[in-house]
Amino acid sequence: MDTEINLLRRQVLKAGGSIGLLALFGAVGLLHSKVARAEWNKTAFAAKTMDEALGAMGVINAENNLIFIQLTVPEIAENGAVVPVKVVSKFQNVEQISILVDKNPNMLAANFIFPAGTESMVTTRVKMGQTGNIIALVKADGKFYRTAKEVKVTAGGCGG
Amino acid sequence: MGNPMKIRAAVADSVTEVKILMQHEMETGLRKDADGVLVPAWFIMEVKAQYQGRTVFEAQFAQSVSKNPYLVFRFKGGDAGEKITVSWVDNKGDSRSDEAMIAA
Repeated sequence: MDTEINLLRRQVLKAGGSIGLLALFGAVGLLHSKVARAEWNKTAFAAKTMDEALGAMGVINAENNLIFIQLTVPEIAENGAVVPVKVVSKFQNVEQISILVDKNPNMLAANFIFPAGTESMVTTRVKMGQTGNIIALVKADGKFYRTAKEVKVTAGGCGG
Repeated sequence: MGNPMKIRAAVADSVTEVKILMQHEMETGLRKDADGVLVPAWFIMEVKAQYQGRTVFEAQFAQSVSKNPYLVFRFKGGDAGEKITVSWVDNKGDSRSDEAMIAA
């Protein structure tokens, strides 16, 4: 089994050039994970309004939940280019956590996918162009939940 | 091949915490350079972390993620001395893969 994968890997690497991650993983048989592969959602990531973004992600209704979603963001971000965001979700069977920045031209910042055995928490950093809300959207057992917090931005971080 | 990532992985109480610092400009496509010309969007789109052949974490990024993306996540299991692999691909088709050993 190992020799097969190594041979395939060598062949793929020989093919050279920029191979997309999906193609690379597919070629070496690493795509057969238990998690349903969510494709990079072009419509959601390009959405210009919150409704568009949520609609593209299949969100019909996202229940506000302050208890089962812990969203940690600074109250004031001196540098809008690097705003730390931590989301911890206490729901069972969390499939996805998404982070949205409502005043950014590109609202959907990131989606995180949690295979079984991975804790439903993530820390990252986002850009904020101006004061606004950071929204954490959690998909658990097929349902969506959300919470939001405002971050005051003194120096905008979109470089515009 | 993209720039190398810094990966720190450590296991405690049967949970491995992984911290990743990627090197990438993450251009939004909205910034103008010194000549007033728009710099095209250039950003990491997908990140995947694997341990012993299984995916333990996946991230999909877009323009709003900060330059030099930072990620922290935790998964159950993981043995000290074993390797974790993190890979990313960006919107230009560039990619990067790095490994790190899980520390005790």
